[in-house]
Amino acid sequence: MTQFLDISGLCARIDADGQEKEILKGVDLSIPPGEVHAIMGPNGSGKSTLAYVLAGREDYEVTAGSVTFQGQNLLDMEPEERAAAGLFLAFQSPIELPGVNNANFLRTAVNAVRRARGQDELDAVAFLKTARAAAKELSMSPEMLKRNVNVGFSGGEKKRNEVLQMTLLQPSFAILDETDSGLDVDALRIVAEGVNRLRSPTFSALVITHHQRLLDYLVPDRIHVVAKGRVIHSGGPELAQQIDREGYTRFLAEAEAA
Amino acid sequence: MPAVTETREAVEQLGQSSYKWGFETEIDMDLAPKGLTEDTIRLISAKKEEPEWLLDWRLAAFRAWQGMKEPTWAKVSYPPVDFQDLHYYAAPKKKPGPKSLDEVDPELLRTYEKLGIPLHEQAMLAGVEVPEGEQARLPVAVDAVFDSVSVVTTFRKTLEEAGVIFCPISEAVREHPDLVRQYLGSVVPAGDNFYAALNSAVFTDGSFVFVPKGVRCPMELSTYFRINARNTGQFERTLIVVEDGASVSYLEGCTAPMRDENQLHAAVVELVAMEDASIKYSTVQNWYPGDENGRGGIYNFVTKRGACRGARSRISWTQVETGSAITWKYPSCILQGEGSVGEFYSVAVTNNCQQADTGTKMIHIGRNTRSTIIAKTISAGRSDSTYRGLVRVLPKASGARNFTQCDSLLIGDQCGAHTVPYIESRNMGARIEHEATTSKISEDQLFYCRQRGLSEEDAVGLIVNGFCRDVLKELPMEFAVEAQKLLQISLEGSVG
Repeated sequence: MTQFLDISGLCARIDADGQEKEILKGVDLSIPPGEVHAIMGPNGSGKSTLAYVLAGREDYEVTAGSVTFQGQNLLDMEPEERAAAGLFLAFQSPIELPGVNNANFLRTAVNAVRRARGQDELDAVAFLKTARAAAKELSMSPEMLKRNVNVGFSGGEKKRNEVLQMTLLQPSFAILDETDSGLDVDALRIVAEGVNRLRSPTFSALVITHHQRLLDYLVPDRIHVVAKGRVIHSGGPELAQQIDREGYTRFLAEAEAA
Repeated sequence: MPAVTETREAVEQLGQSSYKWGFETEIDMDLAPKGLTEDTIRLISAKKEEPEWLLDWRLAAFRAWQGMKEPTWAKVSYPPVDFQDLHYYAAPKKKPGPKSLDEVDPELLRTYEKLGIPLHEQAMLAGVEVPEGEQARLPVAVDAVFDSVSVVTTFRKTLEEAGVIFCPISEAVREHPDLVRQYLGSVVPAGDNFYAALNSAVFTDGSFVFVPKGVRCPMELSTYFRINARNTGQFERTLIVVEDGASVSYLEGCTAPMRDENQLHAAVVELVAMEDASIKYSTVQNWYPGDENGRGGIYNFVTKRGACRGARSRISWTQVETGSAITWKYPSCILQGEGSVGEFYSVAVTNNCQQADTGTKMIHIGRNTRSTIIAKTISAGRSDSTYRGLVRVLPKASGARNFTQCDSLLIGDQCGAHTVPYIESRNMGARIEHEATTSKISEDQLFYCRQRGLSEEDAVGLIVNGFCRDVLKELPMEFAVEAQKLLQISLEGSVG
C-alpha cells in the first residue's frame, strides 16, 4: 500500500577522505499521514544520514532503494523542491549565517516556499506579525528575529529557532534530528509543545532522539530501532521505556541471529 | 571544506552573457589619431579651448610621465600596455558642449536609458522649474560622460539656486578657472604616479563639484561613465571641493561594451574637504570584466584621494567593485585637519580571470584624526583579489585612531584572496587595530538555505549580501539596491 512516506531498501554511502563508506544498508520505513514516528539507535547507526539523505544533501550517494513522498520520487528532487513539497529538516547543529538577518532569512524562505506552492507571498508587515506570534509561543524574545541567523545563539536558542522556522514554513513532513539534545527540561517541553501544535491529520514527523524523555512529551505512534544502517526493530510507544531500561543489546543480538 | 560543485560550475560558466551592459552604441565619433605625443596633448587642449596654464600643466605632466615606469608592485599580471596604440580623445560628433538635452544625440540618450539612467525624465523635471513637491522624489543630478566628453548634466538649475556648481570639468575650466586652477592637482599632483601623470596629461572630461560654505547639497550628485569607442582610453578627472560646514554625497557608476581587446581606464578623483565639511563618495564600478577566459575587459588604473584639510572634516569612500579585468585602485584620505575622519568601505568581487588589487591609504597628520577601513573581498572562478592598505600615523598625530577589518570570502578552490596591510606609526599614542578573516561559503550554509526552500542562486546571494552588509549599508538607498543586484549577477548569472 502506498503510504505518505515510503522508504524501501535505501542504501547510501559517503566519500570520506577518499574512502567510500556504506552507511545506509537497506532502510525500510513507512510513515502514514498524521503520524509521528521516532527513530532511536546507537551512535553511528545512520540516523542522521537518513535525515540528510531524505532532505537531499549531496555529499551522500544513494546506491539503491527508493523513497516515495506523497506519490513523488523524492530522490529525484532538489533540496529546495523537497522543501517546497513540504519536507522540513530541523538540523542537529543549526548553521550560522553571518550578516543575514533572521527575520529576513525566514521571510525569504517562507516566500520561496509559498511561491513554489502557488500561494501569495507575505509582505513584511504580515510576515513580522506572524513571526512574532510564533516566536512568542516558543518563549523566544522578539529580539532574536533581529539577530543574524544562529550567530551567537545558545544551543537552546538555536533549537528553538529551528522549531520557529518549522512553524512558519508549515511542512507536511518534519524530520527532527536530535532536536532535544542539549536542552534543559523546560526548553525540551517548549520544543515538544511546538511540534505538538503542528500535529494534525496532514502532518507527519520523524523524530530522531537518544532520549526517552522527549518521547514523554511527544508521544510517537511508532518507534523504530536503527542499527548498522537498517531498521532492526519496530514497535509502539512502549518501546522507549524498554530501550531506556535495557539498551539496544537485545535488539542487536536478535538482528544478528536473524 | 570545498565549495559546492554546482556553485563552482555555475560560477565558471559565467560568461559574457551575464554582462547585460555589453552593447555598443552606433554613433558618429570624433577621434584623435592613435598615439601619444605632445601634439596629441595640444590637440586635446585645443579641442577643449583650454587656457594656456592648463596646457602647460598637461605638458609638464606628460614630461614627468615619460620619465616614469609603470608600477609593478601590485599583485596583478597583464601584458604590457602599448600606450601608442590608443586613441586619447573620442567624442560623439556634434556641436561642442551641449547646453540642453535637445542638443544631445537621441542615440546617446537611448544608451543611457538602456543603462537605467533616465536623463530625459530628470532633465525635464529640471527644465520646467521643479515644483517644490517634486523634491520628495529624491532626484539625483546626473553628469553623463560618454567616452571622452560629458554629454549632459541634469538638474543644474536647482543646484545653481543652492549655490552648488556641478558641471563637466571642461566647462568648469572655462567658467570657473580660478577655482579649478586653485584645486586641480592639489591633492593628486600631476606627477604623483604613472597613471595619475598620464591622466593629468590627457584627461578629457569628468565632473567638477563646488559646494560653498555652509551649504548642504540638496540632492545626490551622480556621474555616469560609459566607454563606448574602440581602442580608446578613458581618462576622466573629477574634482570635488566642499567648503567650511558644507556637505555633499556623490555617486559614480560605470559600464562599457564587451570587446575582445582590453581597454584602458585611468581616472583621477580629487576631493577637498574644508573645516567641518563632509564628502561621501560612493562608487558602483561595473566596467566590462572580460569573458570567462580573461579575454577583453577594462584595465582600471585609478587614483582617488581625498584631503581632509579642515578641522573635523570627514571623507567617506564607499565602493562596490564588480567589474574590470584588472582593478588597481586605492581611494585614500589625507587626514590633515584636527579631528578629521576618513572612512573606506569596500566590496570587491572578482570572478573568472579578474584580478583586483585594491585598498586604501589613511594618512594621519593632524591630532585626534580617526579612520575606519572595512574591506570585503569575494573571489570566485580563477580570480585573484588582494586587499592592500596603508595606515600611516605621523609624529604629530597624537590621539590618532584606526580600525581596520578585512574579510575575504572564497567561492571554489581555484581563486585567491590576499591581504597586505602596511602599518606605520610614528606616534606612540596612536591606536591601530587590524582584524582579518578568510572564509568560504560552506556546503553546510548552502544546504541549510536550500532545505528552507531557497534556490542555490538565492542562497549564494543571501550569504554574499550578508557578508557585505557592513559595507552595503553605507551606500545611499537606491545605490544599495543596485549594488545588491549587481553582486548577485556577478556571482551567479547563468544558474538555472
